[in-house]
Amino acid sequence: MDIRPILSTLRRHKTAAALIVLEIALACAIVCNAVYLISQRLERMDRPTGVAEERLLRIQTVSPGKNRNDSARVQEDVQSLRGVPGVISVASASQIPLGGSSSNSGVRMSADQKDNSFNASVYLGSEDLIETMGLRLIAGRDFLPSEYQNMEAIEVSFDEGRIPVAVVNRRFAERLFPGATPATALGKQFYSWGNNPITVIGVVEELLRPNDYGNGQYSMIFPVRPHWSWSNYLIATEPGRRAEVLKAAVAELQRTRPGRVVLKENTFAEVREEYYRQDRAMAWLLSGVILALLIVTALGIVGLASFWVQQRTKQIGVRRALGATRGQILRYFQTENFLLTTIGIALGMALAFAINLGLMKLYELPRLPAWYLPVGALCLWLLGQLAVYGPARRAAMVPPALATRSA
Amino acid sequence: MSGNSQFAYYLHLALRSFKRNRVLTALMVLAIALGIGASMTTLTVFHVLSGDPIPNKSERLFYVQLDAADLHGFKPGEEPEDQLTRFDAEALLREGRAERQALMSGGNVVVTPSDGQSSKISEARYTSEGFFDLFDTPFQYGRGWTRAEDEGHARVAVISRELNQTLFGGADSVGRTVRVENVDLRIVGVLGDWRPVPRFYDLNLSRYGEPEELFVPFWTARDIGLEHSGNRNCWADSGGDQLSSTAPCAWVQYWAQMDPAQAGAYRDYLGAYSEQQRKAGRFQRPPNPRLRDVMQHLEHNKVVPNDVRLQVWLAFGFLLVCLINTVGLLLAKCLRRSAEIGVRRALGASRRDIFLQFLVEAGTLGVAGAVLGLGLALLGLWAVRQNPAQYAQLAQLDGTMLLTTFALSIGASVLAGLLPAWRACQVTPAIQLKSQ
Repeated sequence: MDIRPILSTLRRHKTAAALIVLEIALACAIVCNAVYLISQRLERMDRPTGVAEERLLRIQTVSPGKNRNDSARVQEDVQSLRGVPGVISVASASQIPLGGSSSNSGVRMSADQKDNSFNASVYLGSEDLIETMGLRLIAGRDFLPSEYQNMEAIEVSFDEGRIPVAVVNRRFAERLFPGATPATALGKQFYSWGNNPITVIGVVEELLRPNDYGNGQYSMIFPVRPHWSWSNYLIATEPGRRAEVLKAAVAELQRTRPGRVVLKENTFAEVREEYYRQDRAMAWLLSGVILALLIVTALGIVGLASFWVQQRTKQIGVRRALGATRGQILRYFQTENFLLTTIGIALGMALAFAINLGLMKLYELPRLPAWYLPVGALCLWLLGQLAVYGPARRAAMVPPALATRSA
Repeated sequence: MSGNSQFAYYLHLALRSFKRNRVLTALMVLAIALGIGASMTTLTVFHVLSGDPIPNKSERLFYVQLDAADLHGFKPGEEPEDQLTRFDAEALLREGRAERQALMSGGNVVVTPSDGQSSKISEARYTSEGFFDLFDTPFQYGRGWTRAEDEGHARVAVISRELNQTLFGGADSVGRTVRVENVDLRIVGVLGDWRPVPRFYDLNLSRYGEPEELFVPFWTARDIGLEHSGNRNCWADSGGDQLSSTAPCAWVQYWAQMDPAQAGAYRDYLGAYSEQQRKAGRFQRPPNPRLRDVMQHLEHNKVVPNDVRLQVWLAFGFLLVCLINTVGLLLAKCLRRSAEIGVRRALGASRRDIFLQFLVEAGTLGVAGAVLGLGLALLGLWAVRQNPAQYAQLAQLDGTMLLTTFALSIGASVLAGLLPAWRACQVTPAIQLKSQ
């Protein structure tokens, strides 16, 4: 197909051609970035939490009064929950992944180190926490019964009530001891609460923070029975019995201590759903914008192409009379659109990177991956071809006899 | 023709031209309406969220920050802790160098009704007597507590209209008691409708949530051991109680009211206080206080969610595409009518006449687009309100945004009409007449 006649025609319709190019460039830039933002959200929502989500339940209760829910009372609750039919294991924990607010602490390599090396989320848990959460130990061991202590003992002063051992997640182990594998991290020591060394006795594959506070998902578990009023009771059960067990467990807690407020009762699936709600809403919104943008762009192409066809009806008739086939006329308009779209895409790519720079600042996003561009280009070429097909077909239908009539 | 009748004539021409090109016109109106609808939806949310929560005195209220942390990770001139230690807040309050001042922090408490209803969790604010005057809170019944009651750690409370509704069915409950964590507090006041947006006085907690249901004197709250919630940052061993008066923990907000002209002097005072604390060995860092008024404080804390900013950009990008689309379609439509323009020009219409005629046509599209766009914006805002975000409920169109919608839509469509109108008035009458 000879491109030169197309170019010379376009030169006489500079404004309209420029408008199509501009529209495609903008659509390309916005769509590429919107798709990228969606992918970032989906990736975020896809992060593993480390816990066995399909079998985990959480109940959060509060009782009025000072010194409420001291560790002994929390342990009584744990004990009575163990008796609920369908319960596999129970533990109390100060926080859970995706739970929202978090408790964090600085981590140091030596007692006299001034600045923290990094900051990690602190999970306090009673017996069976690792088993109940379904965390995967990849090195070392779970805590021994003798290693657990009550929070009250530590609260007096960090230096008196010392925390001798901890289980950390893989990223923690790798960050604290560069070059260490989970196995070689065992037995190493760090400092966090107080000035006594804490020895790593176990490493779990993953344990996400309760929220996105701080850089990096570093977590550590201390064998400390929480006594805080907002303690979480975690229950593991069979996936099929979640609703039934949750109801029975709440009833049991209300029976053993009437007057307490059950603040939250959810399956972990609900915890996850709630935590990522905003991300999901944003992903849908972005999808809607992409769709609307593509439709508007396509309609714009249809409108302008129709106008061109109408304007050049006579010219088309002449070409047909001179022997051009219908296919050639069709291809003429399709090639024309392809040329315009290509220029638009080229401009759009530059614009997409410019927008990405802004987003990198606003959202601290990484750079737009390069493979978005060919995929985006392909989509827009396809969109252009689809949009121009109708008007082009109409052009191809122009009878050669039209050349003999005056417009 | 002149003035009004001319405008009416152009309007008449525009409507006739719309009738002739129904599909094209519908497409253009739809494109403008979609763009306007999307922009107005997001702009309204942005407008609501970035508003001034206390317009009559936002430039006279100042948030105080002091650099009380130790030398760990010290970088000169860096932003100090977001909040004050209890020690410093109490010291500033005692010295009382501003017109008005209050210290405060938040928490969650169990409130137990007297008549056997089940207990509930309420958000509470622990603050000093100045709070209510500082923020001009309206009172339905009673008043705030007094300084003497602060100093005497009195067992008093102010409750919100909602809590009063729950506990007392909305009756005047001043003098009655509310049971908080097994302690009875005497109610001295019931707030009226008060919902600053954003909830600027404590940005640690839900920024667009309702104000607390319960207000308790700060020291009373400490006496009865009410829990603290919100950010709390400790830089050394607190010896057990992180909420004690001497704990090296920042968790208290401090607001002061003053004439903006006095802010410089107050900042000097904060610097002198810091220096004095440093000499006493409490502060380790050089004086580095901050004093920001309400809007500066909101700006500094980037209160408007990033998602909302992004949505505004996205919507305006979309509007731009819609407008370019409209320009293209209008251009097509104008040029198609070259013959008609030629005749009008030959009959004596000036270029200016043609130009105005097409601008009126574009403006008319804008009005139609605005009406439809407004409908879409209302629909969009309804959709936003279905959103789980805290701020979603606040997304309502107000008078300003209504006017903005029309101005934006008509402005945008006239802008879109400029190029086609200019091209139309370039049509030379002779050529068009010849080709007829």
